[in-house]
Amino acid sequence: MVTVKYMLLIYSNAESWAGLSAEQRDGLTRAHENLTRELTEQGLLVSAAGLADPITTRTVQVRDDTATTTDGPYAEAKEHLAGFYLVECDDIDQAIGYAARMPDAEYVAVEVRPVMDTSGLEM
Amino acid sequence: MKDFELLLREQAPQVLSALVRHYGHFDLAEEAVQEALLAAAQQWPTEGVPDNPRGWLIRVGSRRLTDLLRSESARRRREENAAQLAAPEEFVASGPDIEDLGGRDDTLTLLFLCCHPALSPASQIALTLRAVGGLTTAQIAAAFLVPESTMAQRISRAKRSIKQAGSTFELPPEADRDERMGAVLHVLYLIFNEGYTASSGTSLHSAELTTEAIRLVRGVRRLLPDDGEVAGLLALMLLTDARRPARTGADGTLIPLAEQDRSKWDKAAIVEGEALVSDALSRTQLGPYQVQAAIAAVHDTAERAEDTDWRQIVALYDVLEQLVDNPMVKLNHAVAVGMAIGPKEGLAVLEPLASDDRMNHRLEAVRAHLLEMAGETAAARESYLLAARRTTSVPERTYLQSKADRL
Repeated sequence: MVTVKYMLLIYSNAESWAGLSAEQRDGLTRAHENLTRELTEQGLLVSAAGLADPITTRTVQVRDDTATTTDGPYAEAKEHLAGFYLVECDDIDQAIGYAARMPDAEYVAVEVRPVMDTSGLEM
Repeated sequence: MKDFELLLREQAPQVLSALVRHYGHFDLAEEAVQEALLAAAQQWPTEGVPDNPRGWLIRVGSRRLTDLLRSESARRRREENAAQLAAPEEFVASGPDIEDLGGRDDTLTLLFLCCHPALSPASQIALTLRAVGGLTTAQIAAAFLVPESTMAQRISRAKRSIKQAGSTFELPPEADRDERMGAVLHVLYLIFNEGYTASSGTSLHSAELTTEAIRLVRGVRRLLPDDGEVAGLLALMLLTDARRPARTGADGTLIPLAEQDRSKWDKAAIVEGEALVSDALSRTQLGPYQVQAAIAAVHDTAERAEDTDWRQIVALYDVLEQLVDNPMVKLNHAVAVGMAIGPKEGLAVLEPLASDDRMNHRLEAVRAHLLEMAGETAAARESYLLAARRTTSVPERTYLQSKADRL
């Protein structure tokens, strides 16, 4: 296959975010702006967005045809998903290379996951 | 596809190469051709196709290119803040000879340029589809399921890279030609694969890519009728594409080769592909595309799956392994050995691949298949499940999961 889409999932936690200095936060913003520009110029960027604070999350569950909504994220973890990039790369190493350039990888972690596609080779 | 659309796509490379030969500036010429094609697509259906469609397109394209060159040089003048006039050759009006230039077929030169080694394979593909295939950026983006802006950036970046690499519009020197020809055929092969692998998915546009790849390689073959690998690649595409109607069920699930309804295969494509590959094998230098086509021909000409001549396929994989170092070839070789001799022997062929880091989930899928044949049900089930977790393809995962469930 020619190219694969990868999701770069940026993890954060409230504590480490609060611990950043103003310069560090500016640096983080700049790094993302630069990365977005570069990925766009390379024709690799499919989509990217930051996610609002987990405090704004609603989790929906349907049980016996009844939907219940609770405040807060599904997983009760210290870490939460803070944003994502959807990129199209030749291989996972290229995607890992971009993930490693995100300052978030230094503070918490960035996860790289291939996106499933609806095509398949003959087997 | 409507007749005039096909006509436009056939004319696109000739029009582009005429403009590049006359004016240079590959990047701007390509833009001008796209606009000429667009104008034709808007005007021809109502006003009728002109008597000399190529001449029409070249005339409209060169008018547009002159405009682009003017605004380009004006921009550059502003940027450089210099009051001098642009180089005179940038203002050449379309001379009386330009339509004659359209009579030459420079498609091959154009292909070599689009498959420039300075570009990544993804960019080579995008540029080839646009410049040689005459597809619009929107069509290419749709086929690859990316936003149009992403594809537009990829194409314009590719054009910039070609410009920076300082490529002139001529065939590469004799010494480099074989290598570049390899890149051209590989790009056409990738275009085909992108269409073929996606044809079971929801993207209808992708099926057009296989048609486009076949059309392009047919064009190359008209220019190089004595090249065995060009013939081999065309045969391989025809023999593979012939099975397309039978390879997915009504619900989009994958049907493996052995279980396909062979009456649905495209007989005409099989006959053409087989004739092509036999002819190439008998009179040209042997190459990997020919061998792969020969393997496909053995599959396609077996009336029933159980009639498949697996020993011949094993022999062909032996030859192919001498020609290319590719773990996927070894993997297929192991399947053939499993079928021709026995699952234990097939598993032995797989052994050295376990440490090959170029390997993906297919190694596990093949291992599962051979273990199942050997009657080792528990181990086979475990391998199917592992392969299902590792694949990133939805139909493959469904298929592998169902194989595990049945054990």
